[in-house]
Amino acid sequence: MPELLQIQNIRKTFPGVVALDDVSFTVAPGEIHTLLGENGAGKSTLMNVLTGLYHPDSGHMQLAGEPVHFTSPRDSLSRGIGMVHQHFMLVPAHSVFENILLALERVPQFYNRKHYQQKMQKLIDTFELDLDLDADVWKLSIGAQQWIELIKLLLRDCRLLILDEPTAVLTPQETDRLFKVLRLLQQQGKSIIFISHKMREVMEISDRVTILKKGSSIATLKRAEFNADILARLMIGQDRIPEWQKNLQMSEKVVLDIRNLSVRNDRGLADLDDFSLQLKEGEILGIAGVAGNGQKALAEALTGLKEINKGKIFAGDMDMTHSTARASYISGIAHIPEDRKSIGIAPDLDVADNLIMKSFKNTLFRRGVFQNRRAIRRNAEEKVSRFAIKAGPEGSPVRYLSGGNIQKVIIARELSEQPRVLVALYPTRGLDIGSAEYIHKVIVDGAGRGMSTILIAEDLDELLKLSDRIAVMFRGRLIGYADPRQTSREEIGLMMSGEQREQP
Amino acid sequence: MKLVIERRDTSSALLRFSAPMVSIVVALLFAGGLILAAGINPLDAYREILYEAVGSTYGLSETLVKATPLIFAGLGVSLAFRMQIWNIGAEGQIYMGAMGATWVALFSGLENHWLLMITMFCAAFICGGLWAGVAGVLRARWRVNEVIVTLMMNYIAILFVNYLIYGPWRDPQGFNFPLTAQFSEAARFANFFDTRLHSGFFLALFCALLLYLLMERTVWGYQIKVIGSNPQAARYAGMRTGVAIFAVLFLSGAIAGVAGLSEVAGLQYRLQHGISSGYGYTAIIIAWLARRSALGVIIVSLLMGILLVGGDSLQMLWQLPIAFVYAFQGLILFFLLGSDFFIQYRVKLIKGAQGG
Ligand SMILES: Nc1ncnc2c1ncn2[C@@H]1O[C@H](COP(=O)(O)OP(=O)(O)OP(=O)(O)O)[C@@H](O)[C@H]1O
Ligand SMILES: [Mg+2]
Repeated sequence: MPELLQIQNIRKTFPGVVALDDVSFTVAPGEIHTLLGENGAGKSTLMNVLTGLYHPDSGHMQLAGEPVHFTSPRDSLSRGIGMVHQHFMLVPAHSVFENILLALERVPQFYNRKHYQQKMQKLIDTFELDLDLDADVWKLSIGAQQWIELIKLLLRDCRLLILDEPTAVLTPQETDRLFKVLRLLQQQGKSIIFISHKMREVMEISDRVTILKKGSSIATLKRAEFNADILARLMIGQDRIPEWQKNLQMSEKVVLDIRNLSVRNDRGLADLDDFSLQLKEGEILGIAGVAGNGQKALAEALTGLKEINKGKIFAGDMDMTHSTARASYISGIAHIPEDRKSIGIAPDLDVADNLIMKSFKNTLFRRGVFQNRRAIRRNAEEKVSRFAIKAGPEGSPVRYLSGGNIQKVIIARELSEQPRVLVALYPTRGLDIGSAEYIHKVIVDGAGRGMSTILIAEDLDELLKLSDRIAVMFRGRLIGYADPRQTSREEIGLMMSGEQREQP
Repeated sequence: MKLVIERRDTSSALLRFSAPMVSIVVALLFAGGLILAAGINPLDAYREILYEAVGSTYGLSETLVKATPLIFAGLGVSLAFRMQIWNIGAEGQIYMGAMGATWVALFSGLENHWLLMITMFCAAFICGGLWAGVAGVLRARWRVNEVIVTLMMNYIAILFVNYLIYGPWRDPQGFNFPLTAQFSEAARFANFFDTRLHSGFFLALFCALLLYLLMERTVWGYQIKVIGSNPQAARYAGMRTGVAIFAVLFLSGAIAGVAGLSEVAGLQYRLQHGISSGYGYTAIIIAWLARRSALGVIIVSLLMGILLVGGDSLQMLWQLPIAFVYAFQGLILFFLLGSDFFIQYRVKLIKGAQGG
């Protein structure tokens, strides 16, 4: 089979970092080829080189047997290579329709709106997507925004699609739908480069897997040659996966008492509807539910980012219903937000400065009005080594970190303060296996010291493994609790679809 | 063969330093053509410019004098840039600062030198600050675009000062010229080395140092940087962005206002028409070229000082028209700003028609 794409000995360095050392691999027509590697291994960088956003220091690329040198993503797009980025960029104030239109080629000045709308709608229908063309982008979930990016590429008729961790922001249901779309595209002869950290997905969809380690491609395996163990071993190599053990020592003391909470969203509908929950000291309380059933609103209400319409939140004996993010932080709540890029980091500042973003007023990091630079630097060194953050040369902006490493910076910042309460939304999203395990360990260790966690996650396995109790949400309401030692995936699945159940 | 333009992934420190240098050389070559066309040997002209601007005590002092208001205003504008706030009203803030200082100098009745200096400084600081602060309040409170507000308020400030010097503040002994009375000796800056160089220059350097410390070493400066980088994240971390917007615009205008003080108390000893010949606008270019660094502002301002002084000498020695001097200065600026392009992009020759 002639290869569609050949990448040979690509090397790419940034000042002080070798992002890609020596990478070679090929993509055949109609193939789904997965790239696997730890955070910071160079997957996104490689894809950016491939699409012409970055320029390799050395190495060659051939498309359909012909040497190519792309100067920009627009250039590669015109040759049929399209990419959905890990951190995608849409115009939030515009509608879905307008955003897609922006990506199209040769749209006349006075375009026929209906014509384009029909074209887009046809595509949406073919792939059975759930997307309203007239909706404003800023109101959509990150998962929905990803579909927009994908539709853009489909309309451009690409022969090679690159998806950089698309499933990190999708619900399991959406992931299934995405895979269906990918298989359809595959049947049409299109090639796909797929990046994911989730082994289950990699096993399910890949025809071939190439493993990147520290900027080099170390192996390419065909479908029959790999299984989850082999891949994990190749990817992680000598590094050990951190081990942890859970000990039950949750007390009956209630640290957070949510009473009849109601929160309305931008469209005026109820995100939380008469929602009550009690969080106990040292407990890891998992929240299960299909995305969009109020989990995010719950986290935002708890961390003061969202207005509360009705009901009360008590922390201990303190009524903290109407406090701002700052005030709630003072009362000891740490927060790993869903939308990392927009509220989690200051992209132009370096790792050290980002790590103190919430504790910069702490006397540890200042002397009067002056900052204590030495303490700030020492704090950064400690966190970087503890959380294995690949941070590049000292002082370089966080913006240049890989997706997983940005995530680690946020987690390191939030968890380092020994918070009493942690509200974590999808904390291991985008992390490689080793890092995800480490975060699990930190959360469990924290629970051992009395930290209470509200863990909002999509991955049922993760919830079952970590939680002491699982609360299931449906349409902004609490459906019931499940005991992770006794329940099954099926049972939780039923509850997630709204089936009421007695409280244990 | 094909010529392509690529975005650079990163730009090295060496490039960031050398590109402006190269661009100055290129600008000098171009301007050399112009000078040649005027029948003058460019090398002679450049030697003359350099000699006039830095070759003698007098020339050097004049260069520093010209650079002084530029440093102040440049610092002010670049401070706001740090927080992604575009204060293009430094010109008006200079006028308001000058006005405040003049009021103290002429009408406060103070006679002690140091008392006068301190009060004049405060007046200029507050007047310039409040003038920019208006835009700050509008922006923080009602999200009114600060670019438009600061720009429009330039005209108000300049016309208001005009009103004062044509009207109530006009010097009765001034033969009806639109100027105020002269400041008393006590209300003037000290001069140095028998030149026009005055304390304002050193005050400007001191200001730059303070501003550097403020931005890089203090908790407040840290918040400004976070807000500038991502206001949403800053708010989430509990920083009060509205207050910061006002404070930054106030400080930005206040520093520009001190430029006004330095001009009236160090150089002109009175308030008159055209106390700032567009320093506030030049400051925008300076802040841009200096890339937010206080040291950069000083360097670029000194360079501008050389251009201004040397340009004047061209005019005097060879009777070149003033328009020529402007064209010369414009060329240098043009290429300097142009060098920015080469810092961000690279131009490449690719073999074969199929470039990809
Ligand atoms: N523009 C840049 N400037 C400097 N360093 C960079 C830049 N882009 C990437 N890097 C560095 O290159 C390395 C590889 O990053 P990359 O984003 O490719 O990782 P990744 O494999 O996609 O990781 P993740 O799974 O976390 O997304 C990282 O150490 C990162 O800090
Ligand atoms: Mg990545």
